[in-house]
Amino acid sequence: METFLQSLWQYAYLLAAFATVFAIKWLNHPSTARRGVIVGEIGFALAIIGTLLRQEVVNYTGIAIALVIGAMIGAPMARLMPMTSVPQFTALSHAFGALAAALVGTAEYYLEPTAPTGFKMVALTIEVLLGFLTFTASLMAFGKLQGLVPSPPITYKGQNFVNLAFLGVGVVCGVWPIVTAAPDWVYPVFVLISLIFGVMFILPIGGGDMPTVIALLNSFAGASACAMGFTLENRLLIIAGALNAASGFILSVIMCKAMNRSFTNVLFGAFGQVQEKAGGKAEARPVRSASAEDAAMLLANASKVIIVPGYGMAVAQAQHKVRELTDQLVKRGVDVQFAIHPVAGRMPGHMNVLLAEADIPYDRLHEMEDINNEFAEADVALVIGANDVVNPAARHDKTSPIYGMPILDVDKARNVMVIKRSMNPGFAGIENELYYDPKCLMLFGDAKGFVSEIVKEVNAQSPVAA
Amino acid sequence: MSGHNPSDVFELGILSVYVFLLAVILGLELVRRVSPLLHTPLMSLTNAISAISVVGGILIAGAAGVKPLPKVLGLIAVTAAMLNIVAGFMITDRMLKMFKRETGKGGKK
Repeated sequence: METFLQSLWQYAYLLAAFATVFAIKWLNHPSTARRGVIVGEIGFALAIIGTLLRQEVVNYTGIAIALVIGAMIGAPMARLMPMTSVPQFTALSHAFGALAAALVGTAEYYLEPTAPTGFKMVALTIEVLLGFLTFTASLMAFGKLQGLVPSPPITYKGQNFVNLAFLGVGVVCGVWPIVTAAPDWVYPVFVLISLIFGVMFILPIGGGDMPTVIALLNSFAGASACAMGFTLENRLLIIAGALNAASGFILSVIMCKAMNRSFTNVLFGAFGQVQEKAGGKAEARPVRSASAEDAAMLLANASKVIIVPGYGMAVAQAQHKVRELTDQLVKRGVDVQFAIHPVAGRMPGHMNVLLAEADIPYDRLHEMEDINNEFAEADVALVIGANDVVNPAARHDKTSPIYGMPILDVDKARNVMVIKRSMNPGFAGIENELYYDPKCLMLFGDAKGFVSEIVKEVNAQSPVAA
Repeated sequence: MSGHNPSDVFELGILSVYVFLLAVILGLELVRRVSPLLHTPLMSLTNAISAISVVGGILIAGAAGVKPLPKVLGLIAVTAAMLNIVAGFMITDRMLKMFKRETGKGGKK
């Protein structure tokens, strides 16, 4: 009996590991996803209780207080967060998770400065480097998304070289204690360099590349926890960390593929700072603009409308007005569908969450591959706050920075309408030739205001027989 | 588990590497199957999962006779990880609650 109690934590860990696997597995479909969350929560409860049951753990007071404080900050944060801020809050959460991993690594280092064997010390170095780097990098990502730090890339000459050299020094400081006993100053310097490198890493990355970067930071946080599993010989940590690292990694690969860009290009390419070059030769070509009245007429008389939302919709918080418009059009027998580009918004799946928040049923939301063929049958493609993901230049203009990026084929629709604030180029700083297409109508204005005007016009022009 | 001799340590290490590789492959396969519709909830769920480091924090802060510096670092880690766990799971659930199928008309609750 006594031995059973002593090994109880082993069973708790085993179940917790299974729970994390099923949490991710059940997240693959909306119908089972919430079950996944519950299983994940049970898994974490088991992991924490199991750890507290371990014989090594003898002091409970401090831990209990720490757990309560953490929960008391985390719960209101999660409850009060506006849904439009999901990307920045995810970044902020990464920061805390990574900080925890890095601090544990640091504590381990000072716990047994003499003992760690070569292999464990390697894992510890990886854990601490990734942890602290992800901590500051996530805070920077948070700053960029929240608008506290300027979102365009911040670059200077020789930046990649400086970053690389800096990381090199960090690696030396990290490897030193692995190889031989290092002086006392080496470890703090290693920590400091890891922290600063996180900032330097994010500076040259523009706001529009955040989907890839947030996914990558997610992966780093997992890898850090996984490395901790090796230092502590804890397989629950290895499994959960590895699942997380794999998940973040594959998401960032999906994001890169959706932009037809390589990892290196996203991380070191300082994409989005070409504005000036492109702006120089901007000539005044004619565009057709239209009023809300014209737009309403086209929409109400269409039989199929495909709406393409982008980050601009999120900024203007127009999703609820878009829902109203959808409802009104559906009432008039219009088939309304949504086309979601994988990198629309600031994190993977950003648009889906916003539209779901506005109560738009998810069966109307479609991935790029699934809906691209349908544009040819659509009477109207309505682009709200999206830009580069609908630029036909990606298909044929080899000189365009977005050449080769898979795009939504809105130009195949019979009519195209684009709600946009002005003719300013979007994030990538590239002229969008769609706007000069003869069948494209520009609707200049704030997305939220403009959509609600269209709704009013639709109601005025064709009242539904109720 | 106690009384490691060198070859045990090696065996345990290798076993961990096996576990790691299998978990990575499993993770890649599982996530590949997740619909892009749910990529944001997936990120916030895996975000909560990364806070499994709470286990390490508890082990360090709760050990007998631990020095003040590691103890304080461990406690801060437990706080930060717990914040991450609670916020991560709650935000995921909040988001998933919003995903609804078409129900007749309007889609209202």
